[in-house]
Amino acid sequence: MSNEEGYVTADGRKIGGTLMEMKNITLRFGGVKAITDISFDIKEGEIRAIIGPNGAGKSSMLNVISGFYVPQEGEVWFKGAKRPQMRPYQVAQQGIARTFQNIALFEGMSVLDNVMTGRLNYMKSNILHQAMWKGKAEKEEVENREAVEKIIDFLEIQSIRKTPVARLPYGLKKRVELARALAAEPMLLLLDEPMAGMNVEEKEDMSRFILDVNDEFGTTIALIEHDMGVVMDLSDRVVVMDYGKKIGDGTPDEVRSNQDVIDAYLGVSHD
Amino acid sequence: MFYREAGEFKTSYVDDNQTFPIRFDRYRYYFVLFAAFLVIPFAVNDYWVNAVFMPFLIYSIAAIGLNILVGYCGQVSLGTGGFMAVGAYACYKLMTAMPEVNIFFHVLMAGGITAMVGMAFGLPSLRIKGFYLAVATLAAQFFLVWLFNKVPWFYNYSASGQISAPERTVFGIAVTGANTSAWASYMFCLVFVFICGILARNLTRGTQGRKWMAIRDMDIAAEIIGVDPLKSKLSAFAVSSFFIGVSGALFFSVYLGAVEVGEAFGITKSFLVLFMVIIGGLGSIFGSFAGAAFLVLLPVLLKNVLVGMLGWPTDLAAHLEFMIVGAMIIIFLIAEPHGLAQLWRVAKEKLRLWPFPH
Repeated sequence: MSNEEGYVTADGRKIGGTLMEMKNITLRFGGVKAITDISFDIKEGEIRAIIGPNGAGKSSMLNVISGFYVPQEGEVWFKGAKRPQMRPYQVAQQGIARTFQNIALFEGMSVLDNVMTGRLNYMKSNILHQAMWKGKAEKEEVENREAVEKIIDFLEIQSIRKTPVARLPYGLKKRVELARALAAEPMLLLLDEPMAGMNVEEKEDMSRFILDVNDEFGTTIALIEHDMGVVMDLSDRVVVMDYGKKIGDGTPDEVRSNQDVIDAYLGVSHD
Repeated sequence: MFYREAGEFKTSYVDDNQTFPIRFDRYRYYFVLFAAFLVIPFAVNDYWVNAVFMPFLIYSIAAIGLNILVGYCGQVSLGTGGFMAVGAYACYKLMTAMPEVNIFFHVLMAGGITAMVGMAFGLPSLRIKGFYLAVATLAAQFFLVWLFNKVPWFYNYSASGQISAPERTVFGIAVTGANTSAWASYMFCLVFVFICGILARNLTRGTQGRKWMAIRDMDIAAEIIGVDPLKSKLSAFAVSSFFIGVSGALFFSVYLGAVEVGEAFGITKSFLVLFMVIIGGLGSIFGSFAGAAFLVLLPVLLKNVLVGMLGWPTDLAAHLEFMIVGAMIIIFLIAEPHGLAQLWRVAKEKLRLWPFPH
């Protein structure tokens, strides 16, 4: 199934070659091994889920991808080249955007400004242009505003455009955070529990948005999620982690019938 | 009623990005500009300029500068007095070393030099935050004042250790020195306030401002969307120090004329400007003006009321003034912790719907 060249999913979407590859990643915090020798790949255009019980190391894995944590061993390959050690903002400039498990929006700014920050990598005017405003800075502002308005339309948050983020309810904040990540037009979008704490309706909305993003923009998505129903419906391939080790990797159906995975989730009888 | 948005439709993003998107606001802004440039200069006397307008204008620039650092970028600084001193001494050295250059450029260059010094003292902000950074900037305050006292080169080896501004002219009209007329120094400061206000507004409404605010609100998330924390923090220190340097240069050359560093630019100055920013409202250009006005005008007003109207002895009034100003700051911050700018914002939102709030 997972070969170098890509594959065709059950619903007929063509998945391209490898976009990102994690090779034998090991991450330690002092004596604690958060991740032990994990390898997996993410292919262009697919929705890749990382699941596992609490404390399995899923978020740590995402933090390794986005450059927050530097693994002690192993290599991260992106777009066919080994990635040197990078600061998180350099990773962002490479085209990787993410959302956070507990929302990390800029509470003091309006929704529009928050989403506009997602466009930072496309803003090239320097501080003197900014100070003069007329000319380059204003032109750039308008161009990027147009791009941002498309995202705002897409996620149906037009009515709250100028509302300060601090006033929004939880579900909408999650959506604004997705908008900010999308505004960067990333090649790879990392979602850390996009549906945590949502009710069924909000979850359905969010699932629809995730599928639409993948479908319309062709964005590769890697997501962590606890809701098994959602994961199995959304994702093309799933990595299963437990206690920092990889215990399963494959399509949702393969993973579902994997004995190790069942043991990890349901527990093993010790008699 | 007052803030009618009905009937105002923005048809381009440029329109939508205006500083004053509501027409009424815009007209009020033009009216203030008109009054400041064309009415006040012809109506003021020495007392008004020296007691009210000049301190207000000069402190406004300093407050804008500090607000960019503290209010927009979230980096607490207690070094304002020290940076104002850098601006003042830089201006003095430039004025005496290059008398042929116009004082206007001296003030700007003094701002530039302060920006560089500010960046150097901003370097610790990459590692430390909050109160610890405040203490680090406090070190800048004491070090800079000490430096200007100890090294005679800075005050051109004058016997008193003071620096005093020689006479300089703009378009043939004296703006510094003893022969300056009130309106000239007022206009000179006003031009700088106007320029600084516009620059600050432009910097804070666009990309740069969003970078600063992102760092302020959540530095981790800011980094993940591509903000380089080193560059944005240092640029905040540079821009902030530029404004503070300009205000220090004006404070020395136009307002005071002669300066002894420990007296004019001591730690109390740092706190005064910080209070202006907090009372005016963090993260608001309007708040910087409001805070400066509040702390400059309140003592003048109290003095006029206590001495002029109630006929109290001057010394008693002077002591009571401290207590009243202090008490008012406390009461005010309890009632509205987000400052005058927030009061103004709430008032505007209410006025928008008035008289039919539902």
